[in-house]
Amino acid sequence: MNGMSVRVRVLAVLGVAVVLAVVATLYIQGAAARTPSSDGAAAAAGPVTLDAAPVLLTVTDRHVATVSTSDPSGPRTVSGVECVRAYAAGGTGICLQPATPWTYRMVVLDRTLTPVRSADIPGLPNRARVSASGRLVAWTTFVGGDSYNSGGFSTRTGILDTRDGTMVASLEEFTASRDGVVVKAADRNFWGVTFAADDNTFYATMSTGGHRYLMKGDLAARSLHTVADNVECPSLSPDGTRIAFKHAIDGDPTRGWRLSVLDLGTLAVTPLAETASVDDQPAWLSGDTIGYTLRQGDGRPDVWSVPASGGGAPRLLVPGAESPAALDGVTARTNG
Amino acid sequence: MIRVYLSTIDRPAAGKGRRGAALVGGNVVALGTVSLVTDVSAEMVTAVLPLYLVLGLHLSPLAYGVVDGVYTGATALLRIVGGYVADRVRGHKVLAGAGYALSAVAKLGLLAAGRSLAGIGFVVAVDRMGKGLRTAPRDALITLSTPPDALGRAFGVHRTMDAVGAFLGPLVALAVLAGSGQSYDAVFVTSFCVALLGVAVLVLFVRERPPSASVAAPPRPSVRDAVALLRSGDLRRLLLAAVLLGVATIGDGFVYLMLQRRTEIGLLWFPLLAVGTSLAFLLLAAPLGVLADRIGRRLVLLAGYAALAVTYLLLGAPVGGWALLVPALAAYGLYYAATDGVLMALAGPLLPDGLRATGLALVQTGQALAYLASSVLFGLAWSAWGPGAAVLAAAGVAIVAGGTTAGLLFHKGRTA
Repeated sequence: MNGMSVRVRVLAVLGVAVVLAVVATLYIQGAAARTPSSDGAAAAAGPVTLDAAPVLLTVTDRHVATVSTSDPSGPRTVSGVECVRAYAAGGTGICLQPATPWTYRMVVLDRTLTPVRSADIPGLPNRARVSASGRLVAWTTFVGGDSYNSGGFSTRTGILDTRDGTMVASLEEFTASRDGVVVKAADRNFWGVTFAADDNTFYATMSTGGHRYLMKGDLAARSLHTVADNVECPSLSPDGTRIAFKHAIDGDPTRGWRLSVLDLGTLAVTPLAETASVDDQPAWLSGDTIGYTLRQGDGRPDVWSVPASGGGAPRLLVPGAESPAALDGVTARTNG
Repeated sequence: MIRVYLSTIDRPAAGKGRRGAALVGGNVVALGTVSLVTDVSAEMVTAVLPLYLVLGLHLSPLAYGVVDGVYTGATALLRIVGGYVADRVRGHKVLAGAGYALSAVAKLGLLAAGRSLAGIGFVVAVDRMGKGLRTAPRDALITLSTPPDALGRAFGVHRTMDAVGAFLGPLVALAVLAGSGQSYDAVFVTSFCVALLGVAVLVLFVRERPPSASVAAPPRPSVRDAVALLRSGDLRRLLLAAVLLGVATIGDGFVYLMLQRRTEIGLLWFPLLAVGTSLAFLLLAAPLGVLADRIGRRLVLLAGYAALAVTYLLLGAPVGGWALLVPALAAYGLYYAATDGVLMALAGPLLPDGLRATGLALVQTGQALAYLASSVLFGLAWSAWGPGAAVLAAAGVAIVAGGTTAGLLFHKGRTA
């Protein structure tokens, strides 16, 4: 190759560059033309509210939508509010949405989906929750690049009190203890908050040293302590006695997760009837039903439900949707 | 036969290398261009991969992290294999080209892997293998194409071009995302095309060896010859210095995490810490390479240790805000600029031509494995003593390692 004159080699490399540029440009333009539109599920644009009603809130095609609880696979109402993750309770909504192609923000929505507060959040949206009263909101993002083994990810979990505006940017600020000993390890990560009825107690996952613990937190005291091992993405039942969560099979997340329920009184774990690996923070759709997102082979989401007792069978609830939240006020009502 | 430039190591360039405009040879510029183009391609993917995995495929990134970590140790060892094979078949260009081509194909592999975690893990592994294969032969080509007294600036210029590519990559990815309606596939295809262009530049412009240097080809080295490299006291001492450098390094993640906590900069600005370090590296790599050729590479390497110790001390000192942020990032970038290429420039002349890539791979792998162990140990120290005490201990380690390195490299009163 080096036998060629410089002129020939320069022409050759320019030729290669032009061909490759054309290929790339054609592919980019083709991709722009193929950008997916709505997948045809019966949907009507219309006003979506967070008022207590027998409806299920979901994210459909990255937009907040509602569907009737009595006909969850039927027509749904899709709002213009774009969210990657959403949740609502007590008339308050939280929406994690793109701010730029690289960055996301957390937006608090009122009953009419009007943004009342927003904050930029670091990393990629992962979990979102609202307390039953609608006072507290929490979110989790994945942040790349700051893990000490490069290529790994870490998480950031924040909590906002919508009444007085107090914000915890990261749960890492709190004092975390495991069996009474304060955990200072740099590798500790928190994710998946769920709130109790007193708007002060909460549960979350803490990961450190290869273990993922269920933590019970006290917002006012800015502290957390371990409750159980191998509990991820907790979701507190409306009566506050049980935790639905994803349970890493044999303690190894690479083998997938089994949806399970933990009794907080006895610490007994009941695996649920869903045997597919569930990577989601479950939501209580009623006192005895769990809702969660499952993905098809191509990544398209569906909302499923399964009995919290461990019996029965999983049921496809809302096709082509994710981030389920029951708006019928069951959580607020039972918590009193 | 074995030609070792012991006498010329660290000799100032004065009198010999006054070639004015020709800062570095054409082969180094060609290799720098290949690295620049390839880094645009690689950083395009690095920038969007988290978005793709989490929001495109909805995979759990924590599981991905587990997959990713497994290959780090394996590729460090593959580097030695790549170096040795390149020497054995006398084909540095072919091995480097194979490495670049492997990484290019991996970009398309991302399309084929779909949502399969094992598939993505495999593709990432192939990409890493490509990087592991090409690094030592490429650095060997730089040393073989450059007079020993100009190695510092040759590596300085090469690393600067590399860093420019790393800077441009995320910007190109952003433009492709915007132009393609947020299509990750379009980013991967474009990245593949850019990587192929890098391979084309390598094939057309990089020479296996400058014509003037091909007096008599050295005999094909055997494994025994490769092992015999370690009998050279000078190389053993440099290898030890490389390991010490790895031991003194706690890793970007910890440095940035502490900076973020100490300066209380918003979590949102966290990624910019790496950008700040890269900027300092980009600006300093070439000037420090030139300086290394003039005042001696060992002195510049030791200055790198000093910069690392200063970085750690700043992280442990009772200052905060900009007064901490700017000096700490500058010192950290200085540490990289004073050690990365300079270590290779120091190693090159110690190695016979026929085992150049093998020797460079040994030095790089020694440093990488020591760093891997050191970052785990630092994590334990952080848990046990807290970040403040741990970073002061790291500063102590850096100072002791720097002092020991000085003793090793200035052994037997070699003059600088």
